Amino acid sequence: MKTAVVTFPGINRETDMMRALKLVTGKAPVNLWHTETELPGGLDLVVVPGGFSYGDYLRCGAIAARSPIMAAIRAKALNGLKVLGVCNGFQIITEAGLLPGALVRNASLHFVCREVKLKVENNRTFFTNRMKRGQIVSCPVAHGEGNYICDADTLKALEAEGRVVFRYAQGTNPNGAMNDIAGIVNGAGNVIGMMPHPENMIEPLHGKLDCLPLFESLLAA
Amino acid sequence: MRIPNDVRITPELVAQHGLKPEEYQHFLDLLGREPTITELGIVSAMWNEHCSYKSSKKWLKTLPTTGKRVIQGPGENAGVVDIGDGQAIVFKMESHNHPSFIEPYQGSATGVGGILRDVFTMGARPIAALNALRFGDPSHPKTRHLVSGVVAGVGGYGNSFGVPTLGGEVNFHARYNGNILVNAMAVGLADADSIFYSKAKGVGLPVVYLGAKTGRDGIHGATMASAEFDDKAEEKRPTVQVGDPFTEKCLLEACLELMASGAVIAIQDMGAAGLTCSAVEMGAKGDLGIDLDLDRVPCREERMTAYEMMLSESQERMLMVLRPEKEKEAEAIFKKWGLDFAIVGETTNSLRFIIKHEGEVKADLPIKQLGDEAPEYDRPWVEPKRQPVLAAQHVPAPVDLKTAILDMMASPALCSRRWVWEQYDTLIQSNSAQVPGGDAGVVRIGKKKAIAVSSDVTPRYVEADPFEGGKQAVAECWRNLTAVGAEPLAVTDNLNFGNPERPEIMGQLVFAIKGIGEACRALNFPVVSGNVSLYNETNGQAILPTPTIGGVGLLRDLSTMATLAFKKAGQKVIEVGGPGGHLGQSLYLAIVHGREEGAPPPIDLAREKAAGDLIRSLIKTAQVSAVHDISDGGLVTALIEMALAANLGVTLDRLTPAELFGEDQARYVVTARNARAVLAAAKKAGVPARVIGEVTATPSLKMGRLTLSLKALRQAHEGWFPAFMAKEL
Repeated sequence: MKTAVVTFPGINRETDMMRALKLVTGKAPVNLWHTETELPGGLDLVVVPGGFSYGDYLRCGAIAARSPIMAAIRAKALNGLKVLGVCNGFQIITEAGLLPGALVRNASLHFVCREVKLKVENNRTFFTNRMKRGQIVSCPVAHGEGNYICDADTLKALEAEGRVVFRYAQGTNPNGAMNDIAGIVNGAGNVIGMMPHPENMIEPLHGKLDCLPLFESLLAA
Repeated sequence: MRIPNDVRITPELVAQHGLKPEEYQHFLDLLGREPTITELGIVSAMWNEHCSYKSSKKWLKTLPTTGKRVIQGPGENAGVVDIGDGQAIVFKMESHNHPSFIEPYQGSATGVGGILRDVFTMGARPIAALNALRFGDPSHPKTRHLVSGVVAGVGGYGNSFGVPTLGGEVNFHARYNGNILVNAMAVGLADADSIFYSKAKGVGLPVVYLGAKTGRDGIHGATMASAEFDDKAEEKRPTVQVGDPFTEKCLLEACLELMASGAVIAIQDMGAAGLTCSAVEMGAKGDLGIDLDLDRVPCREERMTAYEMMLSESQERMLMVLRPEKEKEAEAIFKKWGLDFAIVGETTNSLRFIIKHEGEVKADLPIKQLGDEAPEYDRPWVEPKRQPVLAAQHVPAPVDLKTAILDMMASPALCSRRWVWEQYDTLIQSNSAQVPGGDAGVVRIGKKKAIAVSSDVTPRYVEADPFEGGKQAVAECWRNLTAVGAEPLAVTDNLNFGNPERPEIMGQLVFAIKGIGEACRALNFPVVSGNVSLYNETNGQAILPTPTIGGVGLLRDLSTMATLAFKKAGQKVIEVGGPGGHLGQSLYLAIVHGREEGAPPPIDLAREKAAGDLIRSLIKTAQVSAVHDISDGGLVTALIEMALAANLGVTLDRLTPAELFGEDQARYVVTARNARAVLAAAKKAGVPARVIGEVTATPSLKMGRLTLSLKALRQAHEGWFPAFMAKEL
């Protein structure tokens, strides 16, 4: 399986994500620089990782979403390339129009780094096929602007079409997101965005292995 | 407004630059003529307390700074210690007190930025950050605003930069009402054979400016940091710098790439007094002159004068001496990261610091006398008055023990700091083995090793007895590293005191340094870097003397690491180091009886060492399942923290209030499957130890007829901070 991780200036969880992908796929992902205009051939998955691309200045993800590499990713995503955006990556791919809605300031107005509970609402995606529907896992979050919002019609469609992949569970919504939404998938099923950091809960050092099956799902997809 | 270079230097102007008449006279003698305004600005920046350590140098020299693991002691951007396998840890702590009081968000953010830069300037990638914060009384009208701004600023910078914040301290005391403390520490990892230094080498080599552009922010920041505050402190807001963590992250990556390319001969970050301090340090250390051409300095504001450029404290900048043949390669790296790269001068053999701007020489100064030969003082000091020892029998028992314990757990001094550290990214880089809430932060290095980090000082002890208090700060840091199983390696000290021109304050500084030195020698825990922050006073009221000690320890095998959470019901709870009994300066005395008095607990360094060595060997051989040091709040506080972390209860033998609340030093609580083996090992090591209770599945603390549910304790412990910040208190 061939994976790639994109680095924009200010991205800072790219090494965490590359470590996770290597752990599961056995192969180091390709690290893509934001100025590149084409993706390498034969890619199975592109991950847009977490961080503070361009310092989150202007609006989280807004500047990165307009970079050359995102044009290339958008074009391939329309043809079915799998894309995963985590945290700042979720903000970037949303800003790039690959997913609906927006991530705004946490309701608490504070950055928050803590463990939350995630309920897997849709286990038919490339990142959740090893999970059970309704299964609850632990996962850390670390963000200041993870409060998912969208218009009423979009929300209705997301829920009706089963496109909410992860929901904060057991009262652990850390940011005020609508319907406790933590992660969503596009209509075609090949683009997933999520605020929590599964790459930070996959080995004994992290205290729990709860998010390892998410990455293992990539192998079956 | 432009400042002409030929303004007359009046005594008022000299005083505004923070120079005493005798210092100015010394400068005139050196120069043999009247200085230009640019020269006056430069000398004021170099000779202020913050940059020159002129009041403290004499005493700092008495600290132990060498050891078999020390690669670099004080005097560089940060200290360096060897951790084996060709790896080194680079670390330092630094204060950003005055700016944080004036503008809490930017002040604390740039404090974090500055210390991170100190570490990566030496070629290390930052892997952990800590911060020690002291605020005024919670009831003071400014406190909430300052806490909110400082915590947001620390998080805002560190989170964006991408370093896990793994430890720190938060204290409240009325003596910080007008002068808070923000001490930030950074820890980096480097290859031991590729550490970069600031000492310039070679004549005629290019001096390169790297990073962000220069603006008018922070002019005279270092001079401000060397003066007392009055009621008009907020008027100094324009001297606070503005941080840009995004640029710093890019600068980190660009610098590490540049260093790997072999282009760097010497490198120095632009911190306090910016371009002036960095250029002078590089030249003075290397016995070289430096010529700078300010027309080439990248500026983000128009018509900046030489004076302004030399004193700007714009952030995220570096100065470097470059290998000339690598110029193209180096420039390409900085272009890639969107940063400025400009050759702004060269090294010379003149030993002069020459500044040219718009075709004129604006400054021509002797570089050694500005830098490593700056004036030093032997300020008068008086020996601090010590408080008499307060015998335990002169402290009444609490009216109601249950209420006393709950009040203590819910106090600003002892309550959980979760509200603070959940605003810091503690997990980034995937290597955090212990996040805040334990005795020390622990971060994995490679597959098997880890380092532990902690920052400690008990200011009320230092106030009552600067010598014992200085010893205690070192001992507690050493103990916290020990409690996770780490071998303590070295420390950085951040000495925060009042006005050293007052003999009683100078006396505090002298005795605290003596105490720190004695403890560091006894515990083989050398000082490898540090920072001094003096003049922490407002309207003549000094802060509590606060010598913060930041320590680093090595865990050779991460799998042996200890944590404080109870592990299993039925295991015995053992107090190691002897029973408590010292209530002078204890939090029990302060919180339950409203009294701050008495001598602090004495520090017996031989006992400290014996107890710590025993604990480390018990951890290494897996004979103990949970370990926690006993400090603020005494034994009962330690036990409650261990219980809450595990949601397991504890049943205690009957103990007296002095045993429950005494803050006697060199003590730990451990749990063990085989208590007898632990007691035998303690006996052999000559360390007193006794079983005091047992871990229970019932979630409560029980002692005789006293029962406290963990639910109530947790509510008390976790409740105060969020309620305070939400203005519910």
